[in-house]
Order: sequence, then C-alpha cells, then structure tokens
Amino acid sequence: MAWVNAIIQGVLTGGLYALFACGLSLMFGVMKVVNLAHGDLAVVAGYVGVGIITVTHIPVLWSFLIVVPVMAVVGYALQRTLIQSALNRGVLTTLIVTLGLSMVIENALLEFFTANSRGIGASMTLVTGSFSLGSQVELPYLLLLIFAVAVAVLLGLQWFLSGSSYGRLIRAVADDQEAAQLSGANYAHVFGIAAALALGTVALGGMAFGMYSTLDPTAGTDTILLFAFVAVVIGGLGSLWGTLLGGIVLGVAQQIGAQINISDELLAGYLVFLLVLVLRPQGLVSRRAQT
Amino acid sequence: MSVIAQPETRAAQTFRVTRSRRNVVWTGAGALIAVVALADLPYRVYSGTTSLLVQAFIVLTLASMWNLLAGYAGLVSVGQQGFVGLGAYFVLIFALHGLSPFAALPVAAIACGVAALPLWWLVSRLRSGYFAIATWVLAATLMLFIERFNSLGGGTGLPLPGFTGMSPKLLTAYTYWAGLAVTVVALLAVYLLLRSRVGLVLTAIRDDEVAARSSGARVGLARLLVFVVAGVGCGAAGAVLAISQLQVQPSADFSVSWTAEMAFATIIGGLGTIEGPIIGTVVYMVLQQTLQNFNAWYLIILGLVAIVVALFARRGLWGLVDSRLNIRLFPVGYWLRSGRTEGGGTVGSGANPV
Amino acid sequence: MTTETGSPSHVDGTSDPRPSSGNPLLEVADLTVYHGQLRALDSISLRVHPGEVYAIIGANGAGKSTLLRTIAGLHHPTAGSVRLDGADVTGLRPERRARQGIVMVPEGRRLFGSLSVEENLKVGATYARPGPWTIERVYETFDWMRGRRTQRTAQLSGGEQQTVAIGRALVANPRVLLLDELSLGLAPVIVQRIYGMLPQILATGLTVLLVEQDVSQALRVASRLQCLLEGQTTLEGTPAEVTAEQVEAAYFGLASAASLPGEGSGS
Repeated sequence: MAWVNAIIQGVLTGGLYALFACGLSLMFGVMKVVNLAHGDLAVVAGYVGVGIITVTHIPVLWSFLIVVPVMAVVGYALQRTLIQSALNRGVLTTLIVTLGLSMVIENALLEFFTANSRGIGASMTLVTGSFSLGSQVELPYLLLLIFAVAVAVLLGLQWFLSGSSYGRLIRAVADDQEAAQLSGANYAHVFGIAAALALGTVALGGMAFGMYSTLDPTAGTDTILLFAFVAVVIGGLGSLWGTLLGGIVLGVAQQIGAQINISDELLAGYLVFLLVLVLRPQGLVSRRAQT
Repeated sequence: MSVIAQPETRAAQTFRVTRSRRNVVWTGAGALIAVVALADLPYRVYSGTTSLLVQAFIVLTLASMWNLLAGYAGLVSVGQQGFVGLGAYFVLIFALHGLSPFAALPVAAIACGVAALPLWWLVSRLRSGYFAIATWVLAATLMLFIERFNSLGGGTGLPLPGFTGMSPKLLTAYTYWAGLAVTVVALLAVYLLLRSRVGLVLTAIRDDEVAARSSGARVGLARLLVFVVAGVGCGAAGAVLAISQLQVQPSADFSVSWTAEMAFATIIGGLGTIEGPIIGTVVYMVLQQTLQNFNAWYLIILGLVAIVVALFARRGLWGLVDSRLNIRLFPVGYWLRSGRTEGGGTVGSGANPV
Repeated sequence: MTTETGSPSHVDGTSDPRPSSGNPLLEVADLTVYHGQLRALDSISLRVHPGEVYAIIGANGAGKSTLLRTIAGLHHPTAGSVRLDGADVTGLRPERRARQGIVMVPEGRRLFGSLSVEENLKVGATYARPGPWTIERVYETFDWMRGRRTQRTAQLSGGEQQTVAIGRALVANPRVLLLDELSLGLAPVIVQRIYGMLPQILATGLTVLLVEQDVSQALRVASRLQCLLEGQTTLEGTPAEVTAEQVEAAYFGLASAASLPGEGSGS
C-alpha cells in the first residue's frame, strides 16, 4: 500500500511540475526561447510572496493575487526589453543572456537573503492535513489543491489560446511571425503577452513550491528549471497538456525511486527522462503544431 | 535603359595564398618564452601564487573548451561540469587502483572523451535551447549516479590517495606543471584543430550553419568531434582540479558554477576567437581576486558584464581589440596577398568581412 | 479613403482610354534596397492609381518580390520613399502599414498552418479597417470555404490555401492589396480561376499591385505594368501599348530594345 500512496503522491506532484513546465513550453513554442532563468524567476516570485506576507500579514492565498499579476507584468517587461534584444541577435545570445540573468538572480538572492531556505506558511490544516482513503493512502490537501489549480491553469490557457483574439494571435505568431506582421500584429507585443503568461504561471508554481516545500536561491535551477524541462520533454515538445502528463510521469518515477531507495528519488526521475530521450525524443504526446 | 552594362575588364593580378602573416613567428616565439617562464615559476614564487595560477589554468582550459563548443560548433552546453566531475572521479578511481594521480590525469582525460560518445548520442538530436538544458540534466544525473557509490565517497567525497610521501613543495610544483601542461596542450589542440580541415568546417558553422550544411560540410561529424574534444579538455581540467584540491567532492566538482565561469570568461573575452578565452580568464581572475571578500558579488558582476557584452560587444574584449588592430595571435585563416603589396584581406577566418 | 471611383478592371487587356489621372494612391520614388552587399533594387519608381491593377513582371531575382516586400515594410530601403495617399510610410513598421491599408498576400501563401481557415480569417480581421469586406463576405465570394472553415489550413491544397490567403488579406479591408507571385506552385487552371476573382475584388474599390512571373497572366489582368531586371526598370506601360518583343527584351535584358512608349514617366 505504501506503493499506492507513493504513486498517488507522484501523480499529484505532477500538477506542481506542470505549473513549472507550461510556461517554459509556451515560451519555446511561441518564440523559440529557452529561458534559462525561468526557474529563478519562480523563486523570485516566492521570495516576493514571502516578503509581502511578512510585511503585510495578509493571508497566504491573497498574496497569490498580488504576486502572480506582478510577475506577469515583469515577464512582459523582461521579454520586450532584454529577451527581445537578445532574440534579435540570435539563439546563442539569447541563451547566454538568460544564463547570465539566471546567475545574477541566484547570486543576488544569495547575497541579500543568504542561502537559508524559506517557506511560505499557510494554515496548518492546509499544509499538513489530508484525506484518508483506507488506512494507508493519504491525499494531502495541499497537493490536491495544487493539482486542481494546475488543471485549472491549463484549462484556462487552452481556452485562452483557442478562443480569444490574443490567443489566436499568439498561435499565429508562433506559426509565422512575418505573416502575422503582415496581418497587422506587432509580434514583439504578442511575444510579451506570451512571456507574461509564462512568468505568471511559473510564479504560481514557485509560490506553490514554497508552500509545498521550501525555497532557496538555487532551487530555481536545481529543482524548478530541470523538472520543468524534463516534464516538457517527456510530455512532448509543443503540447500544453503534455506538460501535465510529463509532470505526472516525472512525479511517479521520483516516488517509485524513493520507495526503492530514499536517495534515488531525483536519479529515478532523470533516468526516466533519459529513457524517453532515447526511445521517443518527441515525447509521449507529440504534436506537429505549436502550442 | 534596357541595356545591361558590360563588366569592366581588370588588369590581371597575381595572388599568393599563405597561412599567416609575419607576426606568427613572433607570436610563436613569444608563446614559447611565456611557457618556459611559467614553467620556471615554482622555483621562484610562493605556493600561494602557483595555486592561484593553477586555478587560472583550470578556468582557461575550460573556457577554451566552451569556446570551441559554443563559438565554433554552435553548441551551447550548460552541462560541461559533468565532464569536470567525471575527470576528477576518474582520477580517483585510477588512484584507488594504485596509479599515481599524475599518471592518472591523461588516462582520465581520455576516459572522459570515450564517455562523451554515448552522452552525445543522447542529446545530439535536441535543438539548441533544449540541448543546453539536457546537458545540464546529464551532468546532474552523472553526479547523482556517482554519489550512489560509497566506495567513491558517496555524497561527501574522498581524499585522493597516492600523494603520501611526497614533499609539499614537490607536490605543489607537480600540480602546477600538470595544470600548465594541460592548458598548453588544450590551447595547442584547439589551435591545430581550427587550422585543420575540421577547423574550416567549424568556422563555416560559426559563420553560417545553413550555408555550411548546404555546401556539403560534415556538420554532424564536426560537432561530435568537438563535443568529444571538449569532453577530454574539461575532463583534464577536472583531473587537475582533483589533484589541486587533493580530494574529490561531488557537489563542488559537478557544480554548475563551472559552466558559468567558463561561459562567462569566454563571452567576455570573445566568443569565436582563440585569443578570447585567454583575455576572459584574466578578467575573470582579476575580478575574483578583487572581489573575493564579497562572495556572490563577483558572480553577479560577472553575469551582468556577460549580458552586456553578449548584447553590445558580441565578439568580446578581444573582438574590440582585434577589429582595431587587426592582430591575430593564433592565425588560422588564409591570407590573400596580391603580387604587389602585402597585407591583403583575410579569407576564411571570418573575422573581417571580405 | 479614396474619393475617386476606381476605373473598372480591364482583365481582357484593353487599354484604359483615360490617362492615369488624379493623385496616386501608392507612390514609390527612387527606391534602392540592398541585401547585404547585393543591390536588389536600383532607384525604382512607380505610381499606382486608385482602382488600378498594376503588375510588376520580371525573371527570378529581378527584384520584384523585394520591391513588394519593401512596400509592405519587411525590408528597409537605403534610399527612396513609399507614400500611401500622399503620406510618407517609409519609416513605418510592417504591422503599422498593414493597419493603414497596405496589405500583402505574401509569396508562398504563408498561412498559419496550425490555425483553421476561419481562424486565419479572424487573424486577418483583427486589425481590420472599416469597409465592405467581412469574413461572411469572403465565404460568399469563395463558396467552398464555408464548408471547410474549421479545417486546419495546412491540410488544404495549394489553390485553396492561396484563396484563403487572399481572403485573409481582404478582411483587413486594405486600400492597396499587394499580391506576391500568386501563381507560384499552382496549376495553370487554378491560377486562372484565382485571377478570375479579381473583378469581384476590385469592384469593392480596392487597388492591386501584383508581382507575377507568369507574364501572359499578368498581361491579362493588368491595367498597367512594369518590368524589372536586376533591380532596374526595363519597361513601363499598359498591356495594349507594349508588344511581345518589347516584353521579351525587357524581361531578358536583350540590348536590342529601343526606347518604348510610356517610358520615362518617373523612372
């Protein structure tokens, strides 16, 4: 039964990983950018959340309402300035610039907040409480909530991309940037919207991670970026729902690995990633079209 | 208006193709003198200086390798720390079986080159951004895998055996010479590689990958070769690291900050030039020494400078110098000399547009 | 908006007895464009009057598409200007020009492959100017489209894609419609059919500037034409004025062409 519990935990953790991953997938699908600072920005969101809660003492869930939109705006600004300049100069420059950004953010966090980890506290029942199914299966409230939020976010993104005017523009620009310009779209602005979505979702993920676990300056790369990437690859490049599937597979692999040997949790996840890379590089849910 | 102009006829000119200008003789002599002077150092300075230089050698070797990968083969790898750690651990493994760590160094480097082959096969199909993170995941996986073995020290690492009975002065000197040798070999290897036919392919990739492919160049093979060479180079640097630290430590040897350091030293010095990593390493070491009391600040500044350089001075500090003075310390291009005057334009090295 | 009614299209090639009168809707003056070190356009000038079908012909590499793309804003000229109804648009980004009414149907269709037919049209309509063209009207004009509106455009045939691309441009209610090599990659029958739609399009007051490799097709639909060779204008006039030999000479750059009627006006 411990195995069943582990698998359920893994599935639910997949929701968190999907939140990490969907922004990464979106940015690559729309503007071919792999933002190496993706995870670090999520950590920044978490720290901002911690700061707001500490200073204003507002309830945790309210802080989400502040942090997520703020980070979305930051994402837009970052895209229109730094990332667009780098994009104009080529793929190599973009990678270098985002790598530099990642370094700067991590070390700035280290410098100003030390290496100590921080958590986003919530009411005790939310963090530690859980449903019990039978005697050995626990469904933690927090993970359930995160999973539900992840599904809601993915639904929202799907609706936005397929139904709204801007969503259509985003998909159009992803298909053919120049043709979109000829139809009157300012592609830099559209890129900005996509980046805002990406950073908004990963900020959500970062805050959730701060509640589920703890945040420290290196979590951005060690945990968030790598897990996001693994989830994207397993789920299939270019598929939004694939990031959920990829996240679930990663989560389950990690939990199974932990059951076998507690220190093999991370390794198990990466090995599954390598397996997928070998057997099916386009991932489990491959789609020709862009997200 | 509908008449097409006839091409002008020009007087015939004779041209010679040479590999380098006069100054290579001076550069070569200068380099030789520099190496000899450096080799002489352990006799003249304190160990503090030599260990600082060993650090510089490691960074310079790594930077040259990263330059080869990103600047010439178009491969941005954020996972070279995997080879650094592998090199360190191979030395440990061979030392545990009785080999002297110094003798183990070249073996470890070659072993890293061999290991690079399956690793390349895993990640080579991914596009640039995803390739970058995949190499990172690979490095993390390698570290996690090695940490499972208690015989290799598990998560905390092990001291390197094989140094007992060696006097500290001798150890310092040998370590220094090992670092110097690795750096010289690395720079020489890069220079010779880029002068060769493979080097032409690489320079073509650097300048315009699509054009290189369509002109028949074996891009895939060239990239594989570069990845393996970089594996060997980074592995050798890792071996020197282990020797200089007298121990292996997974979190330090596999740390992503190695990639950050080699990337930024290369970018600041000049991506896509052989001289660039040298300058970049100097800048890096200067920054590190001046700011070493300020911990994370030098990495912050390094990151900011790298961003600025990548956006506004694409060919780095060396590029700024080079475009003004038209010097090439390590000539790898072809010079076209007209029959009358010397000093034609550069063909092939791509630095100056023809 | 143009106040003059456009002259009726002359798809049968008979010449318009009126000289080109009034202010040009689109005016290109001394346009010079470089691709790196290659000079693609050398001091090109042209004027398109409201309601005209102006055709640019020439061989591959003559600079036709470069000209159109520069007018659309995708290339920056080294010298020269582009004016829309008198206003200088040379400095405007492509999307701004599209919103002002210069809308191009690019070479190779360039539809949004992952989007459906209707979504492609909706994107085209996002920044549309007010005018007679709506998505509904496009469906009426191209009746096959309504039934296939939810199909992804990547699955359509070449001719169907070309029609959707034109529809996408039309719903923006352009003032000047730029058509870049409509015939490329399409069977002649399809090309005829598509060009046969032009009268309906022009009836709503549009002006068309098109680039075409298929000279006979261009001659059939154009009210005026201009031939380019290696970035320079080699012939100008109406289809009625120019002879086949003159066109051939201008197209291929044979030195034997004498001075031609209709030349010298603005080149």
